[in-house]
Amino acid sequence: MIKLTVNGAPRSFDGDPDMPLLWYLRDELGLTGSKFGCGAALCGACTIHLGGTAARACVTPVSAAEGQDVVTIEGLSPDGNHPVQAAWRDLNVAQCGYCQCGQIMQAAALLKDTPKPSDDQIDEAMSGNICRCGTYPRIRAAIHQAAGQTPAAKGERL
Amino acid sequence: MIHDAKMMAELAAQTPAATPILANASRRGVLGGLGALVLALSLRDTARADEGQTEEQKAKKFGADGMPHGWRDDPKIFVAIAKDGTVTVTNHRSEMGQGVRTSVALVVADELEADWSKVRVTQAYGDEERFGNQDTDGSRSLRHFFQHFRHAGAAARLMLIQAAAKQWNVPVAEVRAENHQLVHAKSGRKLGYGEVAAAAAELPVPERDSVKLKDPKAFRYIGTGKIGLIDNHDITTGKAIYGLDVKLDGMLYAVVARPPVYGGKVKSVDDAATLKVPGVVKTVRIEGGEIPSEFMPLGGVAVVAKNTWAAMKGRDALKIEWDDGPNAGYDTDAFRTELEKAARQPGKVVRNQGDVDGAFAKAKKKFEAEYFVPHLAQAPMEPPAAVVSVKDGACEAWACTQGPQAAHDRLVKRLNLPADKVKVNVTLLGGGFGRKSKPDYVVEAALCSQAVGAPVKLAWTREDDIHHGYYHTISVERIEASVDEKGMPTAWLHRSTAPTIGSIFAPDPQHELPFELGMGLVNNPLNIKNMRLENPAAPAHVRIGWFRSVSNIPHAFAIQSFVAELAHAAGRDPKDYLLELIGPGRKIDPTEIGDVWNYGEDPKRYPIDTGRLRRVIETVADGAKWGRKLEKGRGLGVAGHYSFVTYTACAAEVEVDAKGQVKVNAIDIAVDCGAQVNPERIRSQMEGAVVMGMGLALTSEITFKNGRAQQNNFDGYEIVRIDAAPKEIRVHLVPSGDYAGPLGGVGEPGVPPVAPAIANAVFAATGRRVRQLPIRGQAASA
Repeated sequence: MIKLTVNGAPRSFDGDPDMPLLWYLRDELGLTGSKFGCGAALCGACTIHLGGTAARACVTPVSAAEGQDVVTIEGLSPDGNHPVQAAWRDLNVAQCGYCQCGQIMQAAALLKDTPKPSDDQIDEAMSGNICRCGTYPRIRAAIHQAAGQTPAAKGERL
Repeated sequence: MIHDAKMMAELAAQTPAATPILANASRRGVLGGLGALVLALSLRDTARADEGQTEEQKAKKFGADGMPHGWRDDPKIFVAIAKDGTVTVTNHRSEMGQGVRTSVALVVADELEADWSKVRVTQAYGDEERFGNQDTDGSRSLRHFFQHFRHAGAAARLMLIQAAAKQWNVPVAEVRAENHQLVHAKSGRKLGYGEVAAAAAELPVPERDSVKLKDPKAFRYIGTGKIGLIDNHDITTGKAIYGLDVKLDGMLYAVVARPPVYGGKVKSVDDAATLKVPGVVKTVRIEGGEIPSEFMPLGGVAVVAKNTWAAMKGRDALKIEWDDGPNAGYDTDAFRTELEKAARQPGKVVRNQGDVDGAFAKAKKKFEAEYFVPHLAQAPMEPPAAVVSVKDGACEAWACTQGPQAAHDRLVKRLNLPADKVKVNVTLLGGGFGRKSKPDYVVEAALCSQAVGAPVKLAWTREDDIHHGYYHTISVERIEASVDEKGMPTAWLHRSTAPTIGSIFAPDPQHELPFELGMGLVNNPLNIKNMRLENPAAPAHVRIGWFRSVSNIPHAFAIQSFVAELAHAAGRDPKDYLLELIGPGRKIDPTEIGDVWNYGEDPKRYPIDTGRLRRVIETVADGAKWGRKLEKGRGLGVAGHYSFVTYTACAAEVEVDAKGQVKVNAIDIAVDCGAQVNPERIRSQMEGAVVMGMGLALTSEITFKNGRAQQNNFDGYEIVRIDAAPKEIRVHLVPSGDYAGPLGGVGEPGVPPVAPAIANAVFAATGRRVRQLPIRGQAASA
């Protein structure tokens, strides 16, 4: 039995411990905000926060989340108004939107560690997240816009 | 050409398909209705095509009228108003990132004089009899339906006005609609939309001619670019539902092992180990493997399980022996040589003006070049996926599909169910780019559901997507030109050699179809006296399908690169040379230069306007500060192209290091698509097209050995990541036309000029001409 916390709620799982967290979240818990894009940590569509760090749920076995906090896009903020989410809406970043949950989770993790990233820092942190629609210029702009508005940047605790 | 007509007739019989040219073949064509004749009319240049038709049948229809099931003029289908005033707009076009749900809703809302905060959008299920054509490809949604959605909104507004006038017992002319209210100025009375909605719904729909559209000056939303995406909140919070996100009670999960070679079949299967994987419920044989595959499954073995992971593990444990079939030897390196050989021989002439051979014979100087573009995979971020429930003689599907009616019809056919027992619901699409026009995956899911007696969610993995695609074609474009003493072409011979999309519908067609030829080959608007365009034969060995902008990609790459090569040979500035070659602004009737298709639009309403083409090129040149001095290793390139009845141009600034690593520093892209309905989304479509165009220019390629795709995932099939995306993409929306005039497409036209602009910039930076995509390290210093 694997015990973990997902978006603040305690959960336990007694299935295949090798099952990637992504399928546990999607198929078992119905949290479909984390997306399947490659299954091999190549595209970032499945990005979640594991123990406060961005991780690729598609290659992270459930067993690796034992005793840890998992946060998905559904739990990033109670009302969907994390500064990154708000900036994404404000700049209409999304096209098809499919990769954007992963992009947002990655960007939120970036801003937690680097409250005011440069373009190069953004590119480095975000280069594992593919957007086939090509929304990259707006992703950069939205991260800049959100920077300075995150709790971390304001010196608050996230 | 007779041969073509015959082939097209075969296509019509076999493929009631949802495709640009085949779109003219109504899916009812087989029943002997309209479709077959409209299809035949797309081949007007053949005497045979007109045989046995009435005058009326000969009257070719254009735009939405020319599509299967056309359009519907009934506000009650598209607009609903609740008692609380909430307006719900029904959008019948698939949303795949082009923003159509937002754009359609804002068009209706504007004409309705609705308050945007009270507007919702709902997605139509697949039913073209009810909603009109739903085939979302060809950059057609607003081009075909803008006016009709305006009418729907305006008609609903008039009905509200009539209902209020009746309630107040005042003349209709004294009532106006304003921002979700009906106002009677004389008495100062007001009513909310919700208060009269029920009464308005009882009224007859006004005659189309009696409905007055708004003066564009009064638009609140159309053309403003100020409306945010209607799905923004759902998308950014993970609530948006794509094909892979649908969940039904008792649902099982499936993946399919498909033949690794197109046309292959299962010889034997041992599923003993699979059935031992915990969670696996059943394996299901999927029949298939026919060539042409049309939109039907490739066949193979499905594994159905209690979750996706178990299904994947079960699939890994299958032991399948395949019969690879006739394409087992497909090798893209060898095939390229075949294409080159074909391109060096005379081929089927598709346009011939003047005397090319005579001019070549007299010429003192002649140039020739060959350009290669490989297979590409659309690779939408959401791989194909569907949830289907087959139960009690009925089937209901939820799918990320660009063509719900096409999916519906394939389900009816394959499950042998009555048409009214099959329903296809359309989810959001996590990208489409042409892949999701083909509903093979929906049929697979249905067959699994039928076999296990439960709803099934069927997922394609990324490997499945890369290995079993409907690929962009593979092509060699050969161009020869003779030039005069000033270096301007006196004659131009272009041979386009590429397997056709027709090959998924008909057995072994060898030539490009009119819609492929019409994507920048036969409708080449360059002002050259002697021009001959040929299409040598080329067989297909994989499924060929639409990839965003389709045959415009190889045609534009070749033509716009070759023009720059001629400019260089003439010692001229490539932008000035290109403009001179386009010639003065003039309107060309596409039918007069051999293009019978013209994107399905009326050639009189949509002539090729070289003035507009010139203007977009001049616009990007200005944007990029063309002519400025650049540091060593940097270069500017330009290209312009006409596609989807829209004009686009691109200027690229690149930086190339000694290893040939190409960095794109900045891109200017200009678009003239006529009046702009939702400029904000036009901008985002251009930004996206630049990034997709960069990918195919620089790194993307699918190769085959032994009939098998050599790439597996995003490691081998490289697409642009954020670190390669230019710091600046400057989009220039060129104002043109008015809202009553013809609109151009937006989703696709941004792609074609990007690759040639980059290749031309690489030449400017290095002096090395790259004629093969992707460019990768080809510009490395020797």
